[in-house]
Amino acid sequence: MKFEARFNLSKGDFTLTSQLSTSISGVTGLFGTSGSGKTTFLRCLAGLEQNSQGYISVADDIWQDDSKGIFLPPHQRPVGLVFQESRLFEHLNVADNLLFGRQRSKIKNDSISWDVVVEILELGNLLKRYPQGLSGGEQQRVAIGRAILTNPKMLIMDEPLASMDQTGSRRILSFILSLQNQLQIPILHVSHNMGEILQLADFLAIMEQGKIIATGPVGDMITRLDLPLAHRNDASTVLTAKVVNHDPAYHLSTLEFGYPTQTLYIANNNLTIGENVRVRIFARDVSLTLDHPNNTSILNLFTAEVDEISNQNPAQYMVKLMVGNNPILARITKKSLEALAIKKGLSLIAQVKSIALER
Amino acid sequence: MTLIEAIENLDWQALQLSLLLAFVTTSILLLIGTPMAWWLAHSKSRLKSTAEAVISLPLVLPPTVLGFYLLIFLGPYGWLGGAWVTITGHALSFRFSGLVIASVIYSLPFVVQPLQRAFETIGTKPLEAAATLGATPWDTFKNVAFPLARGGYLTATILGFAHTLGEFGVVLMVGGNIPGQTQVISIAIYDHVESLEYTQAHTLSAILLLLSFASLIFVNAFNRRTPIGIP
Repeated sequence: MKFEARFNLSKGDFTLTSQLSTSISGVTGLFGTSGSGKTTFLRCLAGLEQNSQGYISVADDIWQDDSKGIFLPPHQRPVGLVFQESRLFEHLNVADNLLFGRQRSKIKNDSISWDVVVEILELGNLLKRYPQGLSGGEQQRVAIGRAILTNPKMLIMDEPLASMDQTGSRRILSFILSLQNQLQIPILHVSHNMGEILQLADFLAIMEQGKIIATGPVGDMITRLDLPLAHRNDASTVLTAKVVNHDPAYHLSTLEFGYPTQTLYIANNNLTIGENVRVRIFARDVSLTLDHPNNTSILNLFTAEVDEISNQNPAQYMVKLMVGNNPILARITKKSLEALAIKKGLSLIAQVKSIALER
Repeated sequence: MTLIEAIENLDWQALQLSLLLAFVTTSILLLIGTPMAWWLAHSKSRLKSTAEAVISLPLVLPPTVLGFYLLIFLGPYGWLGGAWVTITGHALSFRFSGLVIASVIYSLPFVVQPLQRAFETIGTKPLEAAATLGATPWDTFKNVAFPLARGGYLTATILGFAHTLGEFGVVLMVGGNIPGQTQVISIAIYDHVESLEYTQAHTLSAILLLLSFASLIFVNAFNRRTPIGIP
């Protein structure tokens, strides 16, 4: 689905001048630190900022075009918005909250089935209850259901997990993933949490000080050394790998990824053979050696080529390696960089101490 | 004096007139008070504090002062009264219609303030949520803001009604003391006391006291039972 948005908005001393033009499908992450303007950007999309100037088109519909005096009010924009706080209507029970948007939806073909949403989000037992009696996670599930039941062209989520503990948010994340898998609705997911973005998003837009500074596939965005994500403490790579084998004696699974095909090992996590999973490799867990080590406890060794080097601080460098067609980041000291004479094009071995399964 | 005698001697006319005045005034106030309170709750205009002060003026102004200005304003030579004379042939002062206008102004803060507080408590969040769910502004008001503000509406209704029922100074200045036309219950009580008819004064006063007390109990009970409006 084609999506284009350009805005200008001044609010006090904050200025938003963003544009995002992309073909949206699956989950698009919008990442930025607090105060970078993510929420304002979403509010502009939903039409909640009446002073915004700009242009929005989704699929073939124009929602806003100030040069032509077009500004669809929020209630005419087919978008499902999940706010940071659930914003449920306290005078209505869960069923009536869920029905509120559905009854007012202009799209009557019911491409999104009530039963499916209630089942995926496990709302069946909550329908007669009132929002005040629900836990934070339950409220947020109802809010997601309420937004999606309007049959929106796209679902926008503004850090819906911000107020939740880890277990709760992991549960909601899996609900969101199964919603996306079964209903095929494009999702714009806003977060300042890297882990969340990496689990959900296929495509990523990065926002800084009111501007979207880069957009692209998640794997590229988090390893580009000219972007801030590759310089965070939790800088990492995400790979999609296919489970090919189990070794019950050592309780290890063998996975394959990339081209030419590489093999990695991961502690068996009840994975199914043939399943595609996302794994995350932190830059701090990758060390480099020039020769293939013969006696090492590290299982995951990849032949790699140095692609780019960037100075992080006086002591440390971030090295971007290519393992086949996949980038991997390694954080090493300046001392090691000089000792190994690491430079662009050098071929070496990347030793990966641990690989985290993202799902 | 027996209860039957008390009821027979009761000033039905004054009581009826008071209740009618309170009913009409409260209805008008709820209608015009809603948009005023809505604007005060949501506006960021610089005129807001001035508007708030004007609406609250009846709270601090001596009723006779307010009554005096209203008498001039509504009288045959006043701005509104004069216009009224040209249209209808009679003035607004010393008439029931004049009493209604005066009461609306006098009781305005008692209706606008609870509504404004209720709308402020609701805030813009549920309203924005309703808009993104496809509700037009009127739909949002009717099905989200109004039900959430029910407690505020109840308080506003009871306070507006009770306050109109009990007014004296403004009514006396604007309406005078014409039985059946402008003689409301509080003025009837004053009349009875002046002519040393203490039994009648007692009965009417007791009725007003009970009515006011009962309505306050009702408001408190309702607001405690439904802090935000669970049915």
